[in-house]
Amino acid sequence: MLDDFIVRAALAGLGVALAAAPLGCFVIWRRMAYFGDATSHAALLGVALALATDLPITAGVLLVALVMALVISTLSGRNVSADALLGVMAHSALALGLVAVSLLPGQRVDLSSYLFGEILAVTRFDLAVIWGGAVAVALLLAWRWSALLAATLNPDLAQAAGGNPKREQLILTLALAIMVAVAIKVVGALLIAAMLIIPAATARPFARTPETMAIWAMGLGALAAFGGLMASLEFDTPTGPSIVSIAAALFALSSALAPLLRRA
Amino acid sequence: MSLIETRGLTLRHDRQVALRDVNFNIEPGEIVTIVGPNGSGKSSLLRALIGALKPAAGKITRKPGLRIGYVPQKLQIDATLPLTVRRFVNLPRRQTPEAIRDALATAGVPELAERQMVDLSGGQFQRVLLARALLEKPDLLILDEATQGLDQPGSAAFYRQIEAVRQDLGCAVLMVSHDLHVVMAASDRVLCLNGHVCCEGTPETVADAPEYRALFGSGTQGALALYRHDHDHHHHHHNHHHGDACDGQHEETENA
Repeated sequence: MLDDFIVRAALAGLGVALAAAPLGCFVIWRRMAYFGDATSHAALLGVALALATDLPITAGVLLVALVMALVISTLSGRNVSADALLGVMAHSALALGLVAVSLLPGQRVDLSSYLFGEILAVTRFDLAVIWGGAVAVALLLAWRWSALLAATLNPDLAQAAGGNPKREQLILTLALAIMVAVAIKVVGALLIAAMLIIPAATARPFARTPETMAIWAMGLGALAAFGGLMASLEFDTPTGPSIVSIAAALFALSSALAPLLRRA
Repeated sequence: MSLIETRGLTLRHDRQVALRDVNFNIEPGEIVTIVGPNGSGKSSLLRALIGALKPAAGKITRKPGLRIGYVPQKLQIDATLPLTVRRFVNLPRRQTPEAIRDALATAGVPELAERQMVDLSGGQFQRVLLARALLEKPDLLILDEATQGLDQPGSAAFYRQIEAVRQDLGCAVLMVSHDLHVVMAASDRVLCLNGHVCCEGTPETVADAPEYRALFGSGTQGALALYRHDHDHHHHHHNHHHGDACDGQHEETENA
């Protein structure tokens, strides 16, 4: 079964969608959308690092994404205008990554596969890495779910109840870095943040609790992944962008339905 | 022993000293109010007591196993976060349905469990925050400007609720407030801060202290008079009107 590249692609998309959805919920609840952007754009620097040092791509991306996420969460805690800072970091990371990859001696790197992913070229090994990362992210979130929610609502409230909001922030940061590292093959550095944010935002009108929102987001993310894959085969379009386009279409639909749902 | 005790506590905020050399303690069942102008270190002190702010110097001792119920000053719930009252009061620990029903009833909002947090009015929201804090089964309830955004009858009602809760549960209450006269009437002890503890004691002592008068300036007269008049005549004048502070003060002064 895994011999079929379409099956491998579908499973890769499913793994990313399922893990990205609940993580994406926290990204929008905590207004970290730009944070997700900056971290995922830094992935390209990780690719350059990996190619220069013969590290596996995933390891290089994980390392750089983690460093980037830690730097941002440290800096934005210091009252520098977080919005501007994140904007600067997101785009600088992308630009630096592009420059770094082009400076690598000897090889012509196919940039577009890192920018937009190449889900149709996913190997069995890639699949194992993707699902390993996805399960790690899901377990991290499930383990810390209530503590993360409390810290998201109000750090002092979490602290007074015996929690540690700084640790929860670190756990989210770690989960985000893992997510970026495993999703780059599927949707590419430019569109990872889209897989985090769009299904979660699409799920919002259907949910009355945080948990139902995460579950809806998982379903919608999976639907976008399958739909996008099928559409890209049908119309011969790039797969990563097709997945994100379907996700965007679902978001538009959900936004149109939202006023009706609110009345019900 | 005291629930919390601080010795020589100094706190920094944005690299500046927010509060220095605080010796403070709160005993079981006590109601203590912290007053002080903006930037006087009130919130910093609360944050240090709950463990969210590390002391720059000095020591904080908590009774082992101390349970704190915390009602924050503000709780911004992002519109993208769906949250029913029931789910909220289950944070960060799962509670039984019976415990939730009791806590919502004690806080005065028994009927709200299935409502969305973002749909609540200001007064309902504060009471739900209180219910969540009560579910921690606190030895000490800490409220940071809990009545901000409520009108005067609203905050008066909220403070009556707090007193009722203290009587029911026997927990100590520590609160920061701007509603000087309402709060002072309910307090056993008042702590007046302005970068340090500038005066401390029973509400009467603090209201008479020159340091307190200097801090709160001309506005003090009204609040002070209202407080005293509240306190002296509490049992005789339940229904009188608070709206017109100056007139009320004159009448009462003349009558007294």
